[in-house]
Formats: sequence, C-alpha cells, structure tokens
Amino acid sequence: MEPDSVQRQLSVTIAHIVQRLRGSKLHSELEREARTCLHKSEVRIESLKEDLKDFLRKSGWEKKLQNAVYRELNVLPHPGHPAAPPEHTKESLMYLRRAQVNWEKRVLKSLNSMCAELGIPLAKKRSADEQKELLNKWNEMGTDEPDLSHFRPVYAPKDFLEVLINLRNPNYDGGDPTGLRSSWGLISIPLPVKDLSELRELFAELALNYEQLGIDDSMQIPVELFESEYIRLGQRVLSEQDSAAAQQYIRQGCPTGLRADMWALILNIDNQLEDSLYYEQLKSNVIQHDLLIDNLIYKDVKLTASNDDYYFVFEDYLYQVLLCFSRDTLVLDHFSYSSASPPKSYIRGKFALEDYTVVYPPNGVIPFHGFAMYVAPLCFLYHEPSKLYQVFREMYVRYFFRLHCISSHSSGIVSLCLVFETLVQTYLPQLFYHLREIGAQPLRISFKWMVRAFSGYLATDQLLLLWDRILGYNTLEILAVLAAAVFAFRAENLMEATSLATAEAVLADLSTLKVMPLLQLFLFATSS
Amino acid sequence: MSNVSLDRIVTFGFRDKYRGTGIIMTGKVKWVTDIDKSVLLNNFEKRGWIQVSASEDWNFYWMSVQTIRNVFSVENGYRLSDDQIVNHFPNHYELTRKDLMIKNIKRYRKELEKEGSLLAEKDENGKYVHLGFVPVTFMLPADYNMFVEEFRKNPNSTWIMKPCGKAQGRGIFLINKLSQIKKWSRDNKAANFVTTPCKETYVISLYIDNPLLIGGKKFDLRFYVLVTSIRPLKCYMYKLGFCRFCTVKYTPSTNELDNMFVHLTNVAIQKHGDDYNPIHGGKWSVANLKLYLESTRGKKVTDKLFDEIHWMIVQSLKAVAPVMINDKHCFECYGYDIIIDSNLKPWLIEVNASPSLASSTANDRIMKYNLINDTLNIVVPNGEIPDCKLNKNPSKEALGNYIILYEELAVNEGADRDLKNRPGQSFGSKVGRAKDFGRPISMTWK
Repeated sequence: MEPDSVQRQLSVTIAHIVQRLRGSKLHSELEREARTCLHKSEVRIESLKEDLKDFLRKSGWEKKLQNAVYRELNVLPHPGHPAAPPEHTKESLMYLRRAQVNWEKRVLKSLNSMCAELGIPLAKKRSADEQKELLNKWNEMGTDEPDLSHFRPVYAPKDFLEVLINLRNPNYDGGDPTGLRSSWGLISIPLPVKDLSELRELFAELALNYEQLGIDDSMQIPVELFESEYIRLGQRVLSEQDSAAAQQYIRQGCPTGLRADMWALILNIDNQLEDSLYYEQLKSNVIQHDLLIDNLIYKDVKLTASNDDYYFVFEDYLYQVLLCFSRDTLVLDHFSYSSASPPKSYIRGKFALEDYTVVYPPNGVIPFHGFAMYVAPLCFLYHEPSKLYQVFREMYVRYFFRLHCISSHSSGIVSLCLVFETLVQTYLPQLFYHLREIGAQPLRISFKWMVRAFSGYLATDQLLLLWDRILGYNTLEILAVLAAAVFAFRAENLMEATSLATAEAVLADLSTLKVMPLLQLFLFATSS
Repeated sequence: MSNVSLDRIVTFGFRDKYRGTGIIMTGKVKWVTDIDKSVLLNNFEKRGWIQVSASEDWNFYWMSVQTIRNVFSVENGYRLSDDQIVNHFPNHYELTRKDLMIKNIKRYRKELEKEGSLLAEKDENGKYVHLGFVPVTFMLPADYNMFVEEFRKNPNSTWIMKPCGKAQGRGIFLINKLSQIKKWSRDNKAANFVTTPCKETYVISLYIDNPLLIGGKKFDLRFYVLVTSIRPLKCYMYKLGFCRFCTVKYTPSTNELDNMFVHLTNVAIQKHGDDYNPIHGGKWSVANLKLYLESTRGKKVTDKLFDEIHWMIVQSLKAVAPVMINDKHCFECYGYDIIIDSNLKPWLIEVNASPSLASSTANDRIMKYNLINDTLNIVVPNGEIPDCKLNKNPSKEALGNYIILYEELAVNEGADRDLKNRPGQSFGSKVGRAKDFGRPISMTWK
C-alpha cells in the first residue's frame, strides 16, 4: 500500500478509536485525574502538557489508556472504503449478508411460532410475588423444576450447518463442471483462507523450538527447566498491567494460578464498582420481567451443562450469567462489527411501524442448543458472579459471536470450516476420500466442536490451554487447526470406520486428548 | 492344611513343565469373596483366577467385616498360611470405628505432648497446630459432661451426632440445643462405667458449618488409601479420589438442619434426592478440584492443602499403628472421608474399612474397577500365588494410579523416637518420596 493511504487509514483508525473512547468511563476518570494533579507541586504551568503526561504515565493511567486502545484495536473491523455504507463494515460480501439476513428471519420465525403455539408472550412483567420468589432462589435456580417439555431449542448447530452447506456465491464460476478439481468438502464458497505455511507463520510461538505450557510442564520435566521461570515471568507481566504484553505472553500458555488475572487483563476487565452495580441492575431486570428466552436458557443448561462431568457443579452460576446476559443492551454494540443484526420485534398492534420496534431479546442474541457451554469453562476461573459475567460478555463480543453467524471474517465459522476441510483434504487426502465414501463428511463431525470452541468435548484443563491461545492470537483459526489435528491423530482408526455412525464413535470421546502436542505436531511436523 | 502343600507342588510342577517354553504359567490363585460386586468379580476373572468357597483352600479372600471378626476371633484360632491373604486387618476398627479413631488420635497426641515433640505443638487457643485435623469430638454417653462444658463455651454451635456402628449416613442427626440430646443425660445417670455396646454409643463432633462451597454447593472428599504393612508403615494413596456434592444448595440456616440432603454428602443419601443425576452422580474428580482451586485461589495454597491432606492420612495411620495387629497376611483399602472448610483447612471426618464398591455411574464403575485392579497388582504381585514372607515392592507400572504415600523402613525403635524430637527434622526414619500426582517432590512436611 502507498504510504499516503497507510497514513489515511491510520487517521481513520485513530478517529474511530477516539470516538469509541470519548465519553467513556475511562475518559472521565482521566479528566478527573488530570484535574486533581494540577494541585501537585511537580506540575508546573510552564510545562503543563509534559508534566501532565509524565504524571499520567507514572501513576499507571497511561497504561490503562493503552489497554483500552488495545482493546479497541482487537475488535476493530477491517478498514473499508470511506464511502462504503455501514453494512459493508459488518460484512463486505453481499451474498453472505443476504444469507445472514435470511437465516435470522428463519430463527425469529421459529421463535415467534413457538411463542404462538404455546400461547406465551415473548415478554411479560412478573407479579410482586413472583419477583420475591425469584429473588429468594436466585442462587439456586437449578433446584427449580418447571415444565420445559414444550420448549425446544430454537436451533442446534447441525441446523446451522445445513444453511452453510447451501451457501453459494452467485458470481462465482469455478470453471469446473465435473467437480473433480474442486473441494471434496461441504462448503462450496471460495473464501480466501490461510494455508498451512501461513498458519505456521501466524502461530509461530507454537513451534517446536518454543517451550509451551501443555507440553513442557508435564510430569517428567523438572520445573527448573521452564515452568518456574515462566511463572515468574507471568507474575511480572501481571504486575505491569499491560494488556498487549499479556497477550504476547499467553501465546505459550498461562499457568493455572495466573490465568484468571491474565485473561481479565487481556480482556481489559477491571471489575470496578460501576461494573458490579451494572450487574446488579441487570439482575433486577431479570427479576422484574420474564422473557420467553429464559425458558430456552433454562432448558439449554439442563440439557448440556447439568449433565456434564466437569460443569454440573456450576449450574446455578450459568443461569445467573445467561439470564443477565440476555437483558444486557451493551451487547448490542458488537453488532456494528458483526455480520449479524439484532432481531426486532414489534409491540402488539404496531406491526411494521419502525418507531415501535424493540430488540428482542434486549441483547439481540437468541441462544441456541449448547450456548451455555460458552460460559461453563469460565466458572473454573471466576467464582464471583459479577466478574464471571464481565469476562463472559467480553469473550462473547470478541470471539464467540463469530461462531454462529455467516460472515467472511477469517475467524468466522464459515472460514473455520473451510480451513478445516482444506487442511484435511490437502494433508490427509486418503482419509478424506475414505470418509466421503462411507458417507461421513468430516465437517459433519467436527462442526459441533468448532461451534462450541471445543467446550464440553475436551477436558477442562486442556480446553483452557486452547482458549489461552485464542486470546493470545486474537483469532479462532486455531479451532480449525485443532479439529484437523484430531482427525490426523485418529486417522488409523477412522480408516477402519464403515459408516458415519462408526466414524462418530471413533471421535466421540476427546476427553483424553492433549491439545498442545496435537497442535504442535500438526502445524510443524506435517510434511507439506 | 496338607491339601495346600499338595496343590502347590502340583502348580509348581505345572510351571516346570512349561519352563523354557516361553509360556509363563502362573499358579492359579484361588479366591473367595463375601462381597458380590462386579468390579471385584471382573478383576478376578480377568486374571484367570479360580473361584472357590470359603471351606476349600483359598489364596485370596475378599472378606466382609463380619467375616474378619470371626476369622480372627479368639475362639476360632484360625491360622492363615503364607500363601493366603485377606483384605482386612484383624482390628481395623481401631481406625474405622468413629469413637476408637478419636480415642487413638487423642492418645497419640497426648503421647507426643508428653515427649515434648514439636508435632504436638499447640497455638495460643490451645488448638493443635499440626495434629488438629479432627473436629472437636466426644464420646456419648461416656464424655457427656465434658461435651456439655464445651457446648456451653460456644452456645451457637451446631454439633453432629453419629452412631458408632453404622455406615452410609444412617442414624446421623444434627443438634444445636442441649435439649435435643437431654435423653443422654438421663441415661448417663443410670449407666456405670462398663463398656457400652457399640450400637448404643455415639460420637458427637463440632459440625463444620463453614465448609468450602463450590458453585454454592457443599461437598466432601473421598480418598482411597491402601495399607500393606502397619509396622513399618507402608501405605499408598489412590490418585483418583473424588468429591461428592450435595444435590441441594448448602445453607447453614437452622431450619435446614433437618434436611439431610443439604448436609450429608453420602451417595447413599444423595441418591434419593430429587436432583440426583445418574450421569455424573454428583461426583467430581480430585483433578477438577485441584484445577478449580489453583485457578481461583492460587497454586501455593492448593499445594499446601493437598500436602496437609497427605499429612493427615499418614498421621492418622501412625496414631493407630501401635494398637493395630500387624498381621502379614493382611492388607486393607480404606476410604477416607475429608471435608475442606472455607479457609482451605482439611478435616478428617472418618475412615471406612469397607468403602462401597457399588457404582452409581459409568465413570464410577470404571474408577472402582481400576482401583481394585491396581490394588490387586500391588498385593498379589504378578497375579501369582501370594507369599506373605516377601515384602511387597511394586514396580512403577504395577502402582497404576497409586502413589506411595509413606514408606517407613524398619529401624530400631530408639532411632525412630530420636528423629521425632529433633526440631526441623522430617519425622519417621526414612521418608519415601511422595509423588504429588505424578511429579516427584520432596516432602514439604515439617
């Protein structure tokens, strides 16, 4: 790119970030700090600007600002053409935009028809008695046993997969009528995805010559060789309170004792009083109003986490977090860089009148089967509901939302599917061909792993090591690489499978897998 | 027992016949069991052992506690031969009966105090620093007056009454008012100091009302400890212990005192609660507990907690070692029940001689199957006919999921006591390296 346009793009980015941070809580805090420090002796009128900057740096406020800027950079959408309409920021490919809109319509229709069928309103206010009752059992909603038999999840990952399989780019003609040269997989759209050498470059710190947690902290290796020093380094990173440094550090994994703080630092969560108050506000919203969605959340938790060996203990926390999440309008922010749009509903009798639309649910996110599993692993790290809530919300608006909407983003689920299929076809062609022949398309098995970011499939300690790397590299592509690595690992047994069912059986239990050796071997020891 | 010798000759003959042919013929172990559970039967069958009845010659007998009482009772004078082993020590009840365990631990502490050992150190409140791992406990009706004195010091406390002779949570109740056990004071006046039969004695312990809660739920820990020798003490701890969660939310409020689902974590009771889930059975692996505690509290305090648990187990065994009959034909796999309070202090609640071998979930069945498998690999090395004269020194593979918790090499008594008194010295003669879930660490004990 020419230096001129680079410069232009930089100023657009800076303007965008300034706009995001202006008027934020941090902004007012910085102003207040600046004003109070005017009374200090080391700030002189002649050199006001420098002294002020100095003071802010020494007192740690510059660091906080840095972290906030860094957070915005992490979620910054791709810079587009200055004249492009806002839809383009969400998703630049029109056919994908249209597909997402259609999908959303289907989901909303399904929700509305369930609502009509059951005769339950989408939202209603709770009576004073009901409110009191809910407040009393806020900490043990798991012991409740309402009749949920009429509720079904709005959709499950496999329904979404069918939509993705049917995506077509109307402008694309591969010039390959026989289909012999084309992809063997299910996804038929030509999105550019990284190949193995690009992935190696991206995940450079996972290479064989770098030490890793998940490999070099195993029992046979004495702590002095790597682990002790790495923990000390982690403690220093935490004391510096620098998000960017933490993100770099965590690429080699995070020690269990430091993980909760490290993730909070990377996600720029400081859990101040205002945040706890906000959480309490959300909680009171839940108490006052009953949403249809609540039953779906309840059912989802009962079907997934309650039956899980690792997460059943935290059942009650999951209700608390997810119910509050659905009331949180701050979540609507993320739709500016997501290809999705919040579903709109109309106040009764005012159909199609723009002024009377409400976003439903308030946070714009309709949960699907397995949604609760995004929260469950976090319960191992945070036992205080307000902090747990904030970490989950940030994880959702940075990463998880991409796993269930249609977009061309490199971390979007469509790209992940393509990366997965391409890797398996290129490096395990015999396996892919065999699986296709027996009617077991690999993506049909691995899709659910990727949509859930492997939560509920891997052992928790391994899952946390995987999510360390998601945070460190700020991308979900590692999920696709892991999925391919799992197939490579079990290739021998898969070659003997004779049907989709037997192939599923070979891959049913991933709880014994060690994630880092698998990733390392697949990325760096596969001959290309 | 002449038949036994004949069999042995025959079996050896069999072995000689195949010597040099590369076929390993192990003499077939003959087994008997009182406990008809699949995790046992499957393990015996997979080793190709032969089932016999108790009246025939046997090598391995998995006894119930009733049988062991009969086998070793004075009237019967049963003598076991060198190729016979049983799964209980004759007087295991010194550890496994609630009242006797307390008695032995109290005696052990007093002895150490008298010697001036550092182990018996007390803090400014008179509580034992290193040996205060059992909640304050009294025997009823014998210690009734002492109990009342202690109760009056903390009138808001809750106490838990447990019958000495029952298991699986039967007959347990909580009290927080003296009037609830007034009947004992009446009975006590009538009784003289003759040993009250076991089923009428109770222990009353200070209830731990600040248990560590996870997800708002109370839980206790079950660890399996294999003891193959009392003096010198050799014991192994099974790595795959588990947490048992209460299905109902824990609340210390007094109206809930009667709700046993909240307070007791025995699976036998939880199984009948409304929220019991047959997939995970309310059980969590110790590995999960460790991950959770390290992530939320830090590695140091977590390591310290597990260290204290190991310490507690060994100390409890040391406390009963002087009174236990060290029969070389015996081994025992104990079930240790431990509660952790909100300060991350572990408390020993009780020790079971016959930990349940029933399985409540699929995972459970697999775990217990492996437990028995690893136990048999240690106590019946190579699956061959046992020889009690030999010391058991399992190889690393044979250990399976066990770690060597404590291994006291036999030295003369004098040196042993000497070491105890020297400050800062790790106690006991030679201390084996305890493997902390796989990684060898030197003992961090005082």
